[in-house]
Amino acid sequence: MKKMKRSVKTNLTAWALLAPSLLFLLTFTVFPIFRSLYLGFTRYQLGMPQPEFIGLENYADLFTSALFWKVMGNTVVFSLMTVIPSMVLGLALAVLVNRKLKGIGFLRTSFFYPVVMPMIAIASIWMFIYMADTGMLDQFLQTLGLKPANVLSYKETVKPAMAFMYVWKEAGYLMIFFLSGLQNISTEMYEAARIDGATGWTAFKKITLPLLGPTLLFVSTIALTNSVKLVDHIVIMTEGAPNNASTMLLFYIYQQGFAWFDQAKASALTVIMLAIMLVIAMLQFVKTDRKIHYN
Amino acid sequence: MKTKVIAMLLILCLVTVATLGAAGGQETQESGKMELTFFYPVMVGGPLTKLIDQIVADYEAENPNVTVNPVYTGNYDDTVVKIQTAIQGKNPPDFFINLATQRFSMASTGMAIPLDDFIAADGAEGKAYIEDFLPGFMEDSYVDGKIYSIPFQRSTMVMFYNKDAFKEVGLDPNKPPTTWAELVDYATKLTKRDSSGNVARYGVGLALNSGSAQWGFTGFALQNSVGGKNLMSEDGKKAIFDTPENVEALQFWLDLQNKYKVMQPGIVQWTDLPAQFLAGSVAMIYHTTGNLTNISKNANFEFGTAFLPGNKRLGAPTGGGNFYISAGISAERQKAAWDFIKFATTPERLAQWNIDTGYVAPRASSFETDLMKDYWARMPQARVAFDQIKYAKPELTTYEASRMWRILNDNIQSAVTGEATAAEAMRNAQAQADDVLKKYQ
Repeated sequence: MKKMKRSVKTNLTAWALLAPSLLFLLTFTVFPIFRSLYLGFTRYQLGMPQPEFIGLENYADLFTSALFWKVMGNTVVFSLMTVIPSMVLGLALAVLVNRKLKGIGFLRTSFFYPVVMPMIAIASIWMFIYMADTGMLDQFLQTLGLKPANVLSYKETVKPAMAFMYVWKEAGYLMIFFLSGLQNISTEMYEAARIDGATGWTAFKKITLPLLGPTLLFVSTIALTNSVKLVDHIVIMTEGAPNNASTMLLFYIYQQGFAWFDQAKASALTVIMLAIMLVIAMLQFVKTDRKIHYN
Repeated sequence: MKTKVIAMLLILCLVTVATLGAAGGQETQESGKMELTFFYPVMVGGPLTKLIDQIVADYEAENPNVTVNPVYTGNYDDTVVKIQTAIQGKNPPDFFINLATQRFSMASTGMAIPLDDFIAADGAEGKAYIEDFLPGFMEDSYVDGKIYSIPFQRSTMVMFYNKDAFKEVGLDPNKPPTTWAELVDYATKLTKRDSSGNVARYGVGLALNSGSAQWGFTGFALQNSVGGKNLMSEDGKKAIFDTPENVEALQFWLDLQNKYKVMQPGIVQWTDLPAQFLAGSVAMIYHTTGNLTNISKNANFEFGTAFLPGNKRLGAPTGGGNFYISAGISAERQKAAWDFIKFATTPERLAQWNIDTGYVAPRASSFETDLMKDYWARMPQARVAFDQIKYAKPELTTYEASRMWRILNDNIQSAVTGEATAAEAMRNAQAQADDVLKKYQ
């Protein structure tokens, strides 16, 4: 009896302490999720006082729309273009700066610098680089005697151009995770390996990579979900042009909701995005769990 | 994370708007003084909020019983979002400025009221007031024969050209091209290639990014269409894209890029075009009159403005924002809002607005004021916009106008980037537009 009372009391204190963050979580995460789920099944356009239930119509509309599939395709392609390169580059940078050298702090800071800048600012800067004809890239190409590329104009080049910018920004962010992972690997391992005659690439392959397993899993989840959640640079740089070649899922949601005022479609799309994220996270935890060495 | 931040910002806006509105309501009851809330977007450079504040201050000085709270609401899209949020919170702004092209949405969703009763109540004065607005601007105030908005911050497209470049290639700097054929001819002469074949200067420039291509295209479609027909039916329920004339107009753009090679291939951004013009890398550009101040300040060469070259006829698109009065507020407040709108659109005020912002004053009598005459004497290039208005017609306006813009933009771009032919692009645009508009038929 007494014991139970005490546990209630402890629980109460715990709840009270958790309440502020719970309140925010409920208001800004849980409630919007359920609200989106509900609105996805309704018609709710500009000026309608109340949403009107229409079942799966929004989803049926989307799944039969060529534009929706184009957007999904763009999102997948963009993820492929950014996730692996930014992880490889991030890991390379981490290995590079994971040494005791003079001025390493400066190097680390400069690699991390693009992460600190907001995407909006970065997109504005890169727009000048990519600007047709008078931009830095086109000027450079012309000095080499090549034709200006006007990369944001063409469906073949717009995604690689944006991916390049994004890898540049994201690699430093991923580097930090890799760096902390690297610093958790005991130096004794490398010493032992050196005695056995394994150095350089072999040591990296046999020691570093396997022991970075948990970090790799974490980083790949972060990188993949981040790449799906991108929107800012599209608003600044192309608005999805040319002919939606650079329209990604989140930008499409933004358009539906805030340019065309179709809250219901935007909600249905949000639910689809949420489902994708969930699947990514689940797949990665289930699939990769067994192969990882925790030390 | 980002979505959360956006959600928080939205809620913050909502709370701000709600408290603003609530505060307004209370004060009305306490002091007997009417307090009106007025949402307005800013779409061009310059100290526009200051100018709006000035109009409000002048109004309040003459009408001590009314306080007007101008609320800056971002761009046109943001403004609609904020009005809608405010309506859902049962606290609509009393009046607002929004795109003329949003009027079908504003009317069909019951966000704005028709103004005919106010105009009728003003009698002969009301009739004269409406008739003084230039038809190129007033035309897109009507929904089903009723007037839903009053033109205010309106613009049109003109051609800016580099007179020095004209002289350099032996063209008369006072005779800009007047037809499509002349345009090609002039642009060919003005295009300059260096020894390795790279283009150092293009003859002509047009912005083809999303949100701009449809505006420029309206002009070319008007210049080429049968009887000057626009891209939509008057009731806003039908888009007219797939006509042989429109296909020709789009093909002309493609030819400027690919056949005559006098316009930069691909998509040039709206905001980059004036910079290219000022840098001398394009000799003639199609752009808004709103850029006149920028260009006259920054050009290190002599420049001129001209009508858009015609084909079967002259034509140019108009665009910009109008005043609307909200539904769902008391008749007394609507009346007060109407009073303010009339105050803000007197000929002198619109002339001053024109001079300060680069927007074109939408009333004929504004151009007879001394203010405007002095301005034209100082800046003769400003006159072209007014002279051209009689050939101008509203930009693409239908129900769900912003979705319709997107459809036209996307398909124009598909032709420009070579994914589709001009004919295919117009056919696709028509099919997609019909699909969206079928529910209004």
